[in-house]
Amino acid sequence: MPETFHEAGEGRLNLLWLQSGGCGGCTLSLLCAESPDLVTVLESAGINLLWHPSLSETCGDDLLDVLHNILNGNTRLDLLCLEGSVVTGPRGTGKFHMLGGTGRPMMEWIRDLSAVARHVVAVGTCATYGGITAAGDNPCEAVGLQYDGHHKGGFLGKDFSTGTGLPVINIAGCPTHPNWVTETLVQIALGQFSGTEMDELGRPRSYADHLVHHGCPRNEYYEFKASAEKPTDLGCMMENMGCLGTQAHADCNTRLWNGEGSCLRGGYACVNCTAPGFEEPGHVFTETPKIAGIPVGLPTDMPKAWFVALASLSKAATPKRLRENAVADHIVVPLRNITKDRE
Amino acid sequence: MSRRIVGPFNRVEGDLEVHLEINDAVVQDAWVVSPLYRGFEQILHGKKPADALVYTPRICGICSVSQSVATAAALADAQAIEMPRNGRIALNLILASENIADHLTHFYLFFMPDFGRDIYRGEPWHEEIAGRFRALTGTAAKPVLTARADWLHLMGILAGKWPHSLAIQPGGTSRAIEAQEQARILSIIFAFRKFLEEVLFGDFLDNILAIGSARELDKWLDERAPAHSDFTRFLHVSRQLDLEKLGRANDAFMSYGVYLGTEGNLFRRGVWHNGEQPFGAQSIAEDLSHSWMEQGNTPRHPYEGVTVPDPDTKDGYTWCKAPRLDGSVVEVGALARQVVDGHPLIRDLVQQTGGNVRNRVIARLFEIARVVDAMGQWARMMRPREAFCQQVPMPDEAQGCGLTEAARGSLGHWVRIKNGRILNYQIIAPTTWNFSPRDMQGVPGALEQALIGAPVRAGEKDPVAVQHIVRSFDPCMVCTVH
Repeated sequence: MPETFHEAGEGRLNLLWLQSGGCGGCTLSLLCAESPDLVTVLESAGINLLWHPSLSETCGDDLLDVLHNILNGNTRLDLLCLEGSVVTGPRGTGKFHMLGGTGRPMMEWIRDLSAVARHVVAVGTCATYGGITAAGDNPCEAVGLQYDGHHKGGFLGKDFSTGTGLPVINIAGCPTHPNWVTETLVQIALGQFSGTEMDELGRPRSYADHLVHHGCPRNEYYEFKASAEKPTDLGCMMENMGCLGTQAHADCNTRLWNGEGSCLRGGYACVNCTAPGFEEPGHVFTETPKIAGIPVGLPTDMPKAWFVALASLSKAATPKRLRENAVADHIVVPLRNITKDRE
Repeated sequence: MSRRIVGPFNRVEGDLEVHLEINDAVVQDAWVVSPLYRGFEQILHGKKPADALVYTPRICGICSVSQSVATAAALADAQAIEMPRNGRIALNLILASENIADHLTHFYLFFMPDFGRDIYRGEPWHEEIAGRFRALTGTAAKPVLTARADWLHLMGILAGKWPHSLAIQPGGTSRAIEAQEQARILSIIFAFRKFLEEVLFGDFLDNILAIGSARELDKWLDERAPAHSDFTRFLHVSRQLDLEKLGRANDAFMSYGVYLGTEGNLFRRGVWHNGEQPFGAQSIAEDLSHSWMEQGNTPRHPYEGVTVPDPDTKDGYTWCKAPRLDGSVVEVGALARQVVDGHPLIRDLVQQTGGNVRNRVIARLFEIARVVDAMGQWARMMRPREAFCQQVPMPDEAQGCGLTEAARGSLGHWVRIKNGRILNYQIIAPTTWNFSPRDMQGVPGALEQALIGAPVRAGEKDPVAVQHIVRSFDPCMVCTVH
């Protein structure tokens, strides 16, 4: 019995994790990995951490040795993970992030290391598409590894691919769920991650083929358009509170966060954080933009007229239980009255 | 005299570079460089005030909730609203969950691994300590990650997720807790308390909380084997390496106070510098004389603060600004919080040896015990089916200040709102205080002062003493510049 599973004949996989224009939150989230813990997951997949900014002992000159050994071919780099955007400002110089102790812009290290990595993985929406660091006027000139917002290209260019033929793998999310990262890394280690595992924005389909709406505990309120009006209300947050769960690609309500949560379960809107451009929705995040009382951003694959007709029908049919509970912070009309409601 | 650049650092939540001047194997002078700029204050300009609640937690992945709390407090100040009792308690529980997780992460994953380094090979304690704390492979890593993940289920219940929750609102929290959830919260706190007693302290929390002086702490340690618990392991190594002589800054401590509110008022606000001193938030100003920032002539209060980056300023050497209180350098963090609050053991330790590597770590661990103990009481005080949140419209013109304490120290947000939009948003994070550069008077920041006198061992490229001092502050570099 082998002690780990990994790509046949490849031996252990070397992983280098870098951080640039980001908050480190994807790593902090990753440390919440459960069943098993992160160290055990990496061990199980035969992934050897060459360096990680939060987990490794190595720093200073010893780290620079690690980087140089990769670049001169002494150490094989199987997996390069970047967390945070590529910071190219001011005016394209990259001086907004000089890698400590090197006097060299981080973006140059990222370019050189990407060129020799067998897989390049962008972790989080900053690294994938620019994300929060690209909000406003994008003061630090942040771009994603292979996307600049919606536009393919980004820092490495639209034609970039590694020796394995894959483009950058975009594990988008702000932050990423620990399992989105661990499962993708393990799939790569198993030799089971190919281009067909990625959606049109480069995201692993394992989670991007789902909607945040799936498994939302507020689905019954959604069905009857019984809507929340303020924080703590139990109703559906789509109509008034800016929730984008019906459009957001992620499995947050079937996989759950920190054991038992999700944004919607926490009582606040999904802001579609796995999507390019989520950082500038064009309206207040927690308010739904409307025209003539009808929400503007409806699910893209749903005919608008059908939705409007359905919504007015279901509003007319909303049971008292849902109508009243939707605007309360706890259940005020309990389920046992359900038969009475219908009489 | 030799000049040395140390970096890149890790286990500091971001990137860091330190310039040292070394003579006779001792650090003579230091300059601390924060090498990453992102520009959140620029991003927030012109946004609707409520949107700050989405942006600011994303300043930092480890102080995410603290940033939310500071924003919510600043907006609540602008709106002149107060949270309902339940909301205040839930907010305190959420903030405490993050701060305690951060303390645990810092001790086990960021700070202790340095004692497993090969440079200490041959020390009588090294093998045991390296086996326990060495990065990734030490026996502590897996059980600590599991305990941390279990603990953060509190966030799943109270805040939806961590990091980057939107549950914290100016008027309370967005998630009303039900009675069965309250029961579960109590069980999670209890389980973590057991972990602390069995693994971290090796004693009942009540006994730890009863230690009230340096002498009592020495006695407690003397009665136990060095490898009795992770706390005794640290204290033992600290004795061997004289960590109480390492990393002293200027012994001026500031805390904004935290876990406030009628039911959960835990740590006092104030300043301690050879005794209690008055604190006034109006006395805070940021000096840009040594930052890569376009400069005004005088330091400015954050309401008037300006953030225009410029990497070519003449005297600049970092993206970090230099906040000062009444023109003086202050140190912030768990040690400052406990000294200001008047914890008898921590005051005694500081009166004897000042702010240093050992005392910063002890204060952090004692704070874990104090806060987890309090959290059990707060959780019982929540009253399910009563309000957790209230909503009040935001005025078109207003200003507000939100002061709180992240794990690593004092965090302040200042917002000015005009025509319903953010005119100016200024953030001073804990590590901005601790890792600030020199000011106009040439006075170095807290870490720059603390590094002076650090020993350099023969053949060291990246002095291990420097690493201990840097990490003893529990720095968060992404917050520092934001």
